[in-house]
Amino acid sequence: MIKKRLNIRMSGLGGQGAVTAAHVMAMAANRDGKFSISNPFFGAEKRMAPAESYCRIGIERIYDRGELVFPDVIEVFHPQVITMGKSYTMPFYSGIKEGGVVIINSAQPLLSEEDIQRLKDLNVATFYIAGTELAIEIAGTELSTNMTMIGSVAGITKCVSMEALDGALQERFGKKFVASGGTASLDEAIKKKFAKKEMLLQKNLATVKRAYEIASEWAEKNHVELRVGNPAVAA
Amino acid sequence: MAETHSVIGTKNKKGQTYTDTWKMMNEAPRTPSFYTGSEVIKEAIRRASCDVMIAYPITPQSEAAALIGELFAEGYIGDYFRGESEFAVMSQCAGAAFGGARVFTTTAGPGTMRAMENFPMWAGARLPIQMIVTCRGINSPLSIQPDTLEIAYLLNTGMLVWHAETAQDFFDWILKGYMVSEEPDVHLPLALCCDGFFVTHTKDVVNLTPADMCLPPYDPYRSPVPCMDMECPPVRMMRDPFVMKSNYISYATHASWQQEIWAAVERSRKHSIKWLNGLIDAENTDAEIMIVASGTAVSQGREAIRLLEDEGVRCGLVKVKTLRPWPEEEIREATKNAKHIFVPEFNVTGWLAKEIKATIPNHHRVHAGPHVCGGMTMPPEIIVSEIKTALGMKTFSLAGRGS
Repeated sequence: MIKKRLNIRMSGLGGQGAVTAAHVMAMAANRDGKFSISNPFFGAEKRMAPAESYCRIGIERIYDRGELVFPDVIEVFHPQVITMGKSYTMPFYSGIKEGGVVIINSAQPLLSEEDIQRLKDLNVATFYIAGTELAIEIAGTELSTNMTMIGSVAGITKCVSMEALDGALQERFGKKFVASGGTASLDEAIKKKFAKKEMLLQKNLATVKRAYEIASEWAEKNHVELRVGNPAVAA
Repeated sequence: MAETHSVIGTKNKKGQTYTDTWKMMNEAPRTPSFYTGSEVIKEAIRRASCDVMIAYPITPQSEAAALIGELFAEGYIGDYFRGESEFAVMSQCAGAAFGGARVFTTTAGPGTMRAMENFPMWAGARLPIQMIVTCRGINSPLSIQPDTLEIAYLLNTGMLVWHAETAQDFFDWILKGYMVSEEPDVHLPLALCCDGFFVTHTKDVVNLTPADMCLPPYDPYRSPVPCMDMECPPVRMMRDPFVMKSNYISYATHASWQQEIWAAVERSRKHSIKWLNGLIDAENTDAEIMIVASGTAVSQGREAIRLLEDEGVRCGLVKVKTLRPWPEEEIREATKNAKHIFVPEFNVTGWLAKEIKATIPNHHRVHAGPHVCGGMTMPPEIIVSEIKTALGMKTFSLAGRGS
């Protein structure tokens, strides 16, 4: 399916970098010459509380903003989004569009029979990736979990290029960046995990790349095609 | 702008060139940048030649306040400090403005409400302070999400009240806002509002003016009220406050001064029209269906219009840029052909719809809605659904969140 706009909802928990992931995706799309907007939604900043972010990528100017009620892609950053209902909706996939994709960070399947059936009825494909394990393996820290989520959605939909992601990551982490007290201290925490900032960039990028490959392969094998483009030209 | 001792063309201590504001905003090259709204506020203030910023970092405005703290550290702002509460901040802003400084501050939601006493005082004292209001919910249960109810409370303070749709509006209007506010025949504070999160936390493309150009500094001698001179009429309010009701003159002075504040709001009209290119933007005003909105509701309206177009329904749009001064004539003219006027709003009371109903003939044409509140998002689909329902068209039930 080729759509004029791809709406991505990222459901995570505070501290996992869902906000950063959406911003990096939008920055990358912007670098690729597409139109994009990203914004987060969260309550008082606290770890492990539900936090969502949204990234819209398209081929024409985007006005729509705020919570994504009808997404094409939902990314679940943490199993508790599903198992503990740490989501702004119940179930977490409410509003997903037909032909959409659900990406879940979990080593084990988490969906009930009912969920599986409802998603199937909507022709929604589900992709599991053990993102946190992958982050620990490649980057050496679970704080890079959001990189696996970026790689997954990019690998499946090709909505942003790897070059643009590289540039966006450098822009985001390569310079001093103040978002808020909470984000700043998280930035500091992650920087301490790496000897050098360059190492952080390199390892994050490697994590994105690996997730991109895994997701890409899965999409090809399962014939999942969800792209941003001009449907009229494609037809 | 006729200035006898012009600083235009000279440099400030950061090496920025004081530039004629009209040239800076309309002729200087622009650089597209991908920024959050908060970062854009910082970039505007970098170029605004601000003397003082006072901050009380109530969320979600904390990013802008923190980022402007960085600007101070870099030397772009004369002075910067934090107040102990929003009320204190707004009072301190008054003090700085009384002293002849160009003042900037930000607030949101409950902070705006707590500081409310100061806003009519600012207007009455004719202080051209600029306050960014990144609207959020004000009621209990507490919410930090966007809700525009607080704007309703600002409308009768005597401040100028503008409602930005995007971060681009924000960047331009912060700088232009000082030009309107500081005109001698206006000289009023400006509440520059946006919907929190949807503008402040959203990354979007914004075209910035060159960082080495800045506004000419504020000239306090253009104030209609002598700076730091509370003894001098017409605002001799310290030693001989009108509240004492000492004689008929104090009654008369107070009454006439209130009229003068609102006359100044009216006089801001011509300057706002010049700087903002009109108090409203209007598109397809020949359509029978119109959306009239301000802030983020305009953006959501634009998306709804696209969806309606796909279904063969033509719909026009009015973007209300200034709420004070209120664009009465403009709205009347832009909606004269409309049979149905929809007013989507991010608050529960529908204050914009009420203003419009009080403005136009045949106000039964106004459909107040859809409304979302308490920080909810307004998907364009619900605007479409509201319009189609009112027109008697078939709509499908929206399988939204929670279904």
